[in-house]
Amino acid sequence: MGRLETGIQAGRLSPAEYDKNFSDLHPRLDDHEALVASDRCYFCYDAPCMTACPTSIDIPLFIRQISTSNALGAAHTIFDQNILGGMCARVCPTETLCEQACVRNTAEHRPVEIGRLQRYATDIAMEKNKQFYQRAVPTGKTIAVIGAGPAGLAAAHRLAVKGHSVVIFDGREKSGGLNEYGIATYKSVDNFAQREVDYVLSIGGIEVRHGQKLGRDFNLGDLAAKYDAVFLGIGLAGVNALRTEGETLDGVGDAVDFIAGLRQAKDKADIAIGRRVVVLGGGMTAIDAAVQAKLLGAEEVTICYRRGKEHMNASEFEQDLASSKGVIIRHWLAPKKIIAKDGHVAGIEVEYTEIADGKLVGTGETGVIAADQILKAIGQSFEASGLGALAMENGRIVIDAEGRTSAHNVWAGGDCVLGGEDLTVSAVAQGRDAAESIHRLLAAAAQPAVAVA
Amino acid sequence: MADLRNNFVGIKSPNPFWLASAPPTDKAYNVERAFKAGWGGVVWKTLGEEGPPVVNVNGPRYGAIWGADRRLLGLNNIELITDRDLYTNLREMKQVKMNWPDRALIASIMVPCEEESWKAILPLVEETGADGIELNFGCPHGMSERGMGAAVGQVPEYIEMVVRWCKQYTRMPVITKLTPNITDIRKPARAAKAGGTDAVSLINTINSIVSVDLDNFAPNPTVGGKGTHGGYCGPAVKPIALNMVAEIARDPETHGLPISGIGGITTWRDAAEFLVLGAGNVQVCTAAMTYGFKIVQEMISGLSDWMDAKGHRNLDDITGRAVPNVTDWQYLNLNYIAKAHIDQDACIKCGRCHIACEDTSHQAITQFVNGVRHFEVMEDECVGCNLCVNVCPVENCITMVGLDPGTLDQRTGKVVDPNYANWTTHPNNPMARQAAE
Repeated sequence: MGRLETGIQAGRLSPAEYDKNFSDLHPRLDDHEALVASDRCYFCYDAPCMTACPTSIDIPLFIRQISTSNALGAAHTIFDQNILGGMCARVCPTETLCEQACVRNTAEHRPVEIGRLQRYATDIAMEKNKQFYQRAVPTGKTIAVIGAGPAGLAAAHRLAVKGHSVVIFDGREKSGGLNEYGIATYKSVDNFAQREVDYVLSIGGIEVRHGQKLGRDFNLGDLAAKYDAVFLGIGLAGVNALRTEGETLDGVGDAVDFIAGLRQAKDKADIAIGRRVVVLGGGMTAIDAAVQAKLLGAEEVTICYRRGKEHMNASEFEQDLASSKGVIIRHWLAPKKIIAKDGHVAGIEVEYTEIADGKLVGTGETGVIAADQILKAIGQSFEASGLGALAMENGRIVIDAEGRTSAHNVWAGGDCVLGGEDLTVSAVAQGRDAAESIHRLLAAAAQPAVAVA
Repeated sequence: MADLRNNFVGIKSPNPFWLASAPPTDKAYNVERAFKAGWGGVVWKTLGEEGPPVVNVNGPRYGAIWGADRRLLGLNNIELITDRDLYTNLREMKQVKMNWPDRALIASIMVPCEEESWKAILPLVEETGADGIELNFGCPHGMSERGMGAAVGQVPEYIEMVVRWCKQYTRMPVITKLTPNITDIRKPARAAKAGGTDAVSLINTINSIVSVDLDNFAPNPTVGGKGTHGGYCGPAVKPIALNMVAEIARDPETHGLPISGIGGITTWRDAAEFLVLGAGNVQVCTAAMTYGFKIVQEMISGLSDWMDAKGHRNLDDITGRAVPNVTDWQYLNLNYIAKAHIDQDACIKCGRCHIACEDTSHQAITQFVNGVRHFEVMEDECVGCNLCVNVCPVENCITMVGLDPGTLDQRTGKVVDPNYANWTTHPNNPMARQAAE
């Protein structure tokens, strides 16, 4: 075995190389670095960064708290809006959210390092296991939350704070959803996702039932009847199919599964990787898969995307990261056929594309890229059963401004809803806001009827 | 090239940058290094009486405040005068002066307020070949408890008396160093002049508690659980020092009295500001203690380049140039009207001008225009206060633009009067009305 072995092989690198490759991408700022970084914040009024944050964290305030050596106060400010502020600090595409809006970009093309400062504060609070919230007096109400991902956890925490009891149902073995199974390993080291779940759940009043899959073990109707309210944070369980010849060949896989496998692997050396890997897609998942393929020792990793650089969902930062790791990103190439040799993948035939009359079309010119492994990252899809007659549109659950679905006492949020942004931070915002909506309704119902004098 | 040579009350130095009497000038080793780095002169750390030297605390002597990126903005100290033997200092001073004949070497002195004490030390100092003496009437901590330093500087009669003794017992030029810990700096300056001083130098450090240790409830620096007020210096004190220098420079009784400017001078620009407000040269301490002696090179080149750019040939061309423009509030032209103007191309949209004006001033800056984040001055509300200019993080983004005479001030609805008019003749001034009646 080794670096240049053809085929899909485990153990291409030395243990030291695996350790180095999968260590923290951006280690936490130390106290001095945090002070220097926080000093750059202008404490803007009605700050653009805050507006750009889907959870509306009071960024100028928490950075000012860091600058006065009050990291715990900063963490409190962050968690007030986003209880998963620790993970968001790691995975948010800050370069297209808060940091893009930072006025320092206009001043000097270099934003305040908001994401890293957020991580600094939240890490300190979590290390000290500083709990900022206490449960209100028990309301006697119990809410079912389906999905222990970012949306579900955020909803459950806020509901628990309000004094409600929560039961979370999740089909997997561990809580966290994509935080646990869908984030590149180097963005969430040291079992952070699970530590964060523990931190969130320590508020109390939240029971998590694993291995409970909607549509298999229960359905929405059962829960809606049994609980005072239901929140659906079920994410996107399906992956889009390529629908080309050779898709079922040995060596063709889903990037989502590849990423999840890596995250769960005890030893990265156990994860087999091709010598030549082609990743199909242009989003964050494609980048995460491609970069990690490279880090596992693949000699040649190519991302093929059927549109131009400007159309890629992956942020500029992520694209640069991939390039810096040696990933080749090729644009305007659509997969046409997967080429087999002895029942295994040997390459992929691609067709050049262009936009003609506003539509993406093939030019007829083709080429072949040699590959012994192909990872599909061409989008995830909503896939669920047991929802009954819930209103859907474009394959997603329809919700109103408060997160209510068409079903009575059923709310939803996160990637599974229409208009979702496929971002952890948006899922947190929707879960939190749905919890507030649920609480308002339950609290109003609990009020005694007002007597009119 | 501008000529930076300095002649201060007959004391010549190649440039106007002296090191103030302080830890950096406590011994030959430091002073030699300072001269090698390019300093024009030094005021040796204050000498005390013959006999057992003073002792210093053995714990921390300094406290500080910091700005962004831990830039040192203010320093305070509780160190006393030299704690080395008088004769060791005198011997080293003599040697250094011999080694560096072109540099100024001034002896700072602080002895008890008795004629005999001064009479005794002056000949010893004179024998070193020092170019002059500086009377330390400024130190606000420790020595003042023993009736010296600021305890003298706070009593004009004592200042005049001691200066007179010094002028009587030495031929060396006498520079009287003033404490800012008084109400009106003109009083001690006048007293020094009355005593015959050749010059004054100011400011010495300001009484201060720089911070408090919130774990131990004690001032910093904390020595064995307790602290005391120290002497404050560094960039933070510059505005106080500039005002005091200007007050003396424009006081009819002391106008023309040579001034050695001290207080937070960190860059050439700071030095130039002291010079144009009437200082004949400047003394520096905190900047050297923060960055080392090399900073004088920036000061020399910066001052020289600025003078070249402006066509100033020598220090005489600039000394005191701003003094005629320092006046009392009552003589400011009330018919001068300015409005803030925001350069939209330079604006980074932080909103600080808006919130400063909205929360704390005159509600004269927009936040939105047609629903878009946009900061613009409403001239019909702007009183021209300049707060927005000061809080804006981008230099020259917001500027004050004077209205031309004859144009309309939208705030008052009045046409701008071209004539100068001040408070003394303003109709709202009860004193003015009295005068008219």
